[in-house]
Parts: sequence; C-alpha cells; structure tokens
Amino acid sequence: MATQIEPATQTDEDAFRAEVQQFLADNFPAELKGQSNALAGVDGPTNETPAQTKWREAVGARGWGTPTWPKEYGGGGLTKAQAKIIDQEFAKAGAYNPIGGMGVMMFGPTLLEYGNEAQKKEHIPPITRGEIRWCQGYSEPNAGSDLANLQTFAEDKGDHYLVNGQKTWTSGGQWADKCFAIVRTDKSDKHKGISFMLIDMDKPGVEVRPITMISGTSPFCETFFTDVKVPKENLVGEEGQGWTIGKRLLQHERTNISGGGSLARLMGQSLGDIAKKYQPTGADGELADAVLRDKIADFEIRWNSFLLTARRAMEESKAAGGVSEISSVLKKLGTKLSQERSELLIEIRGLQGLGWEGDGFSDGELEAVRAWLFGKATTIYGGSTEIQNNIIAKRVLGMLDHQ
Amino acid sequence: MAVLNEEQEMLRDMAREWTVNESPVTEFRKVRASGEPEAFNRDAYATMAQMGWAGVIIPEEHGGSDFGFLSAGLVVEELGKTLTASPLVMNTVAASAIVLGGSDEQKARWLPRLASGEAIATLAVDEGPSHDPAKIETSVSDGKLSGTKAFVHEAHGADLFVVAAKDGLYLVEKGDGVALTTRKLTDQRSHADVTFDGAAAEKLANGGDNLLDDVLDRARVLTAAEMLGMAQQVFDDTLDYLKQRVQFNQVLASFQALQHRMADLFADLAQMRSAVEAGLQAVDAGFGVARAATIAKAEANRVMHTMANEGIQLHGGIGMTDEYDVGFYLKRARVLEQSFGSSSWLKDRFSKLSGY
Ligand SMILES: Cc1cc2nc3c(=O)[nH]c(=O)nc-3n(C[C@H](O)[C@H](O)[C@H](O)COP(=O)(O)OP(=O)(O)OC[C@H]3O[C@@H](n4cnc5c(N)ncnc54)[C@H](O)[C@@H]3O)c2cc1C
Repeated sequence: MATQIEPATQTDEDAFRAEVQQFLADNFPAELKGQSNALAGVDGPTNETPAQTKWREAVGARGWGTPTWPKEYGGGGLTKAQAKIIDQEFAKAGAYNPIGGMGVMMFGPTLLEYGNEAQKKEHIPPITRGEIRWCQGYSEPNAGSDLANLQTFAEDKGDHYLVNGQKTWTSGGQWADKCFAIVRTDKSDKHKGISFMLIDMDKPGVEVRPITMISGTSPFCETFFTDVKVPKENLVGEEGQGWTIGKRLLQHERTNISGGGSLARLMGQSLGDIAKKYQPTGADGELADAVLRDKIADFEIRWNSFLLTARRAMEESKAAGGVSEISSVLKKLGTKLSQERSELLIEIRGLQGLGWEGDGFSDGELEAVRAWLFGKATTIYGGSTEIQNNIIAKRVLGMLDHQ
Repeated sequence: MAVLNEEQEMLRDMAREWTVNESPVTEFRKVRASGEPEAFNRDAYATMAQMGWAGVIIPEEHGGSDFGFLSAGLVVEELGKTLTASPLVMNTVAASAIVLGGSDEQKARWLPRLASGEAIATLAVDEGPSHDPAKIETSVSDGKLSGTKAFVHEAHGADLFVVAAKDGLYLVEKGDGVALTTRKLTDQRSHADVTFDGAAAEKLANGGDNLLDDVLDRARVLTAAEMLGMAQQVFDDTLDYLKQRVQFNQVLASFQALQHRMADLFADLAQMRSAVEAGLQAVDAGFGVARAATIAKAEANRVMHTMANEGIQLHGGIGMTDEYDVGFYLKRARVLEQSFGSSSWLKDRFSKLSGY
C-alpha cells in the first residue's frame, strides 16, 4: 500500500475532526444510533432500510468506510491518524461503519497488493461503497488445516477456466455476490499448482447449500462448482501464485479476527459490572462469591494485557508496513480470551445465561448464548489455534519438526 | 471403574445395549424436533421403567429393586452417553427424598408409582438462576405452599414436586395452585419456572435437619454420572475422529500436539470417573456423602467443561455443525454444570466442609 503521510500538526487533526463531526451532523440518521452494520457480518440477508442505505451511500461516497485505502479506487486516502479520528467520532455519535464484510476485512487489502490495475478499478470501488458482498472459497472437505490439499480444479480453456469442485464452510455464501477462491490449476505441485481467482456466485453451475450451526443459525454453506466458466481476467496474480496470495489474505483475516476493533467493542463492558447485576454483593459492593470474583479479575487482567499486546504489535508493525507474524499470537490469544469471556458470562448468569429462546430472557442474554456457541468457531477458522501454534513454533521460533 | 457385582454388571450391560440400539442420539433429535416442552418420549420412559430403572434406589417393599446409587449411576451414565432425554435422574432424586424423609403412608402412596413409571416426580429447590439452597423464600402455612422455583428440571412431565420450603421439604402434586412457565435452555430439555400459589403440600417430616442437603447430594452425584457418560462419549467420538481424519497426508491422531491433548483428557476422565463413582458409593455407604458428592460434581463440572470445548475444537469445522452430535453435549453440559452447584459454589462448599 502507498506510504502514508502523517498529518503535520495538531491543528490539521483538529480541523479534520471538525470535518468528521460536521459530516456526521449532516448525514447520520438519528434513528440508526446504536445499531451495528448488518452488512459487515455474514449473518444474513440484508434488506436495508432507507436510512441505512442513505448512511451507507454517504460514507461510501467519501471513502470513509475504508479510510486508508487509496482515493483512486474509492478509498478515503487518509492517514492512520485520520482513520482513528473517524473511528472515534463515529463511536461518539453512536454511528457504525456501514462499509464492511470480507471484502473490506481481507479481500480488498489483498487485491490492492496483488491485483492488476483493471481488477482494482473493477472490484475495489464497489467494496468501498458497500455494494458487493464477497465470500471466501478456501476450505474443502479434505482441505481444512491442510488448505493446500485443495482439489477444486480450474481447467485452462483458452480464454476462460472451467471450474469444478466443492468448497465448504463458505461463510455467507448464500448471500454473496462474488467469491475469492483458491483453486488448483496444476495437479503436479501441491503449493505451486494453486491459483487465486474471482468467481461470480450467480454464474450457472454455482450451487450453495446452507449448513446449520450449533448456534441454530445457518451462516455458512457448502458450495459446489460444476463446469463454471471463469474468465481469464479473473485470475489474480500469476497462475501458481495463489498460495502466496491466499496466505497473505489469511494474515489480514487473522488480524481482523483478533480484533482490531470488533473484539475490543465486544469486550467493552466490564464483567464485574455485569456480575453485580446477577450475583449477590457484600457490604462494600464487592461480589460475594469470592471464587467467581477471582475468576473475573484473572480474566480481566489477562484481557488487559492482550489489549496492550495488540497495541504494541500494531505500533511495532507500523514500521514494517502491514500485517506481521505476530498476527498468529494475537489471533490465538484474542479468540481464546473471547471464548473465556463467553463462558464467564454463563457462570455469572447461571441458567439465566443459557437461554435458547422465549420471553424469560432479555435480547442481550439470548445474543450472548448464540455468541458463546458461534464463538467456538473462532479458534477453528482463519487457521485454527493449533495451526497458529505450529506457525509460531516453526516459523517464528525456528523449532524444528521432529518428523 | 468401580468393582461391580453381577447384578450391577447386568444392569449396566442392559442399559448400554438399550441406549445404543433403542435410544441413540437420533432419538434425542426427534424429541428436539417435536418441540414438546416435556421433551421426552413417554413410550421410551415406560420401557425404561419396565426394565426397573425408575426403581433402582427404591426399596423392594415399595416396588423397587433397592440396588442403590452406584447402580442408578451406571444406568444414568449410559443414558448420558446418548443424551437420552428422560426424567429418570430427577425422578430418582425425588424418590430418594421420599425414601429418606417420607412417612410410611407417603412412601406407600408414591414410591410404587414412581418405580413403575406410572407417576413422575422432580425436585424444585432453587429460586434463582444460580444454585443457592441457602436462599429459599418459599413458605408453607396451614398446609398451603407458596413460592416460585426457577428452572425446575423435568417440570413438564412431573406429576409430583418435591419442593424445598424454608422449614423443610414438601410434596406438592401438580394441579391447583401450581403454574408452569417454560424456560427453554440450550439443552432443549424440560425446564420451567414453577409458581406455587397456596398449593396443597405435605411435609416430608422424617428426614432430619439435613434432608435437603442429603437430597441435593443425591442430585449432584446422579447429575455427575450423567456428565460422566457424556464426557466419555465426547472423548470416544473425538478419539475416533482423530484416528480417521486425514490432513497433511496423515491422520490427525499422528500429530504429537493432539496426542498430548488426548492424553490430558484421558487423565482428566480417569479423575472424573473416580470422583463420580466414589460419590455414588458414598451415598450407598451413607458415609462422607457431602464431601464425596461435592468432589464428584466439582470434578464433573471441571472435566465436562473442558471435554465439551475440546471435543468441538478437535473436530474442527464439522464440530460446529448441528448435523454433528458434539455440539449437543456442549449445550447440555453447561446446563448441568450450572445445576445443583456451579464450580465456584462447590469449591466454597468444599472449603467449608473441610474447615477452612
Ligand atoms: C464458522 C466457520 C466459518 C468458516 N468460514 C469459512 C469461509 O468463509 N471460507 C472458508 O474457506 N473456510 C471457512 N471456514 C473453514 C475453516 O477455515 C476450517 O474449518 C479450518 O481451516 C479448519 O479445518 P477443518 O475444519 O477441516 O479442521 P481440520 O483441519 O480437520 O482440523 C481438526 C482439528 O485438528 C487440528 N489440526 C489439524 N492439523 C493439525 C496439525 N498439523 N497439528 C496440530 N493440530 C492440527 C485442528 O486445529 C483442529 O483442531 C469456516 C469454519 C467455521 C467453523
């Protein structure tokens, strides 16, 4: 990505802050206050309300949903400091970033790095405007952790590829417009036979079957490709470069999962404060259950260290200009901590924290249960914790494989 | 594994054969799909009762077999393995309250029917979402019981409630003055808040001051036995899966990182089994029950908690699907973990029992 020029002075920052505040005053529909971005996740079909459309278009027009992306492709062309100001001011106003999803989190940054000019011109602007939803066609029934074992084959047919095979666990596949996929173009070499290509989900021969999850929703699919024609211009990078590009994208995915912002927001409310609403307290307002109190404190101390680690890593990787190997450490820690937090919420709430449905539970309580169940996936996808441990041990620490 | 006598071995083998053949997890799926709040199959329960399982701890003179809690635990463990939905655990616990605290007349009236499956009983103690038997407001005056019990297990199928009031345990029949509000939890089993509004109540007057604790300890050991079966099954399924699933041209079971994980779980499971069996045996021996039951449930909570998480993690993406069974064990595990003593409650009790 282009090098960023930091704003020269405090006055510049103040002026930019005022500009963001004005923009919010002019464009953010009050009725959306406190909402989150329905398009960002992969949770379901989205019928935008007029207000939501208006807000998405306003932010998209400025490129502020992808503030640091280059202006020529619809990004904001802003510095990280300015992006932070946008974040802060949006948060203050109770406004969400309406531009999100896999296109923003992982595909966009990867295409900016590896795509050709025509591809960037075609695909990046709709992402910055939140118009196109992308899904990730990586995993297959026999290619999970061993992703390079993928068998979906793209046969060279001159001006196009003919794609056949099956992907699985495709998050949001049933709602996506397009899929960034890694497929095999050469059967003779496990890693060098992989290519990265873009597939339209509405093409003949693409079929998706939703899979129900333990949390009761069906946010992912099996995806079948049968003689799907993919034009040659949809190949990103060179043939055989797919493994390199695909792994780069996974680094972005990891960084996002370990959260940048989303986890921090999720973890926002102090568990202690929540516990005091559910559990008896003593004379000084302390939690009466000393064991639970210890557990919460233990968790919150480690959560605090995690935030510090994430911040330090971000500062250190700034110099390196992007995502780094530490993304494995952050992914492993962040996902484990968020799972622990969900478990602690159950302990705090007792059976009230295990509601499946019905009037006796608040929306927040029910959402926490589904999030607890869904959250079990975070240590599996984006490279499982075990795979992160392998990466750390082998690549970062240089520990040799005994086998 | 505890040393079993011949009767116990027969009972366990019978339970194993029946659950595997007649009540695999697909039967639980049917119960779930039916959406009935009572959430068990009446025909299956009738069969279980016919096989004598509802009367395992009930004296022979009242229609049971009086085999005791270790025997009951063997059956419950097998039921846990296949997540068989039935009121057997709660019925057994409620029956034990009558055995311990009932008058001759109460015993004669209820125990034969509970043993034969003709009637079903359950236990209603907690008044909030976390187990806390010290906090009971339910009271009785002139034989009329009033109060609200939270998340009562198997309330929908029950004909009879053993209810904890401030001054002891009471029998209350479902009927006038008893109202249920369904509380649907992750395990998709029967739970309800039960409001008693001047319901006719008969005291279990013979159990002494510790009756409530004694009955709760029985609930703890039997719940722990169910969890033991569940943990064993998750372990077995996970081990099988790791031995089959190939990634990187080798079975996952060949990765040392995973071998050590399974070895840890195996050791945990051994601890859990010892603790649970000792809890059941302590009830039968009538000695050191409180301590043994506390250890049994605490270890069950600890090991089941980890086992359910590891079961999903080690299955990878497939473990996250509703199509696979492992998620059901997780969703039942947490409900049981929070019932009759959370880990922190049990640790507190253990410390107190141990005098520190
Ligand atoms: C909710 C959810 C959403 C997903 N969304 C997408 C998506 O949008 N697109 C997509 O392409 N994929 C997606 N995935 C798939 C995800 O990336 C895979 O599940 C993941 O890569 C693990 O592969 P697997 O499920 O085949 O598990 P397996 O690879 O079979 O692993 C099973 C277990 O073995 C462990 N293991 C495997 N290899 C080793 C080793 N060498 N050493 C030690 N332990 C090992 C794993 O860590 C895991 O615990 C999603 C998965 C989930 C659960």
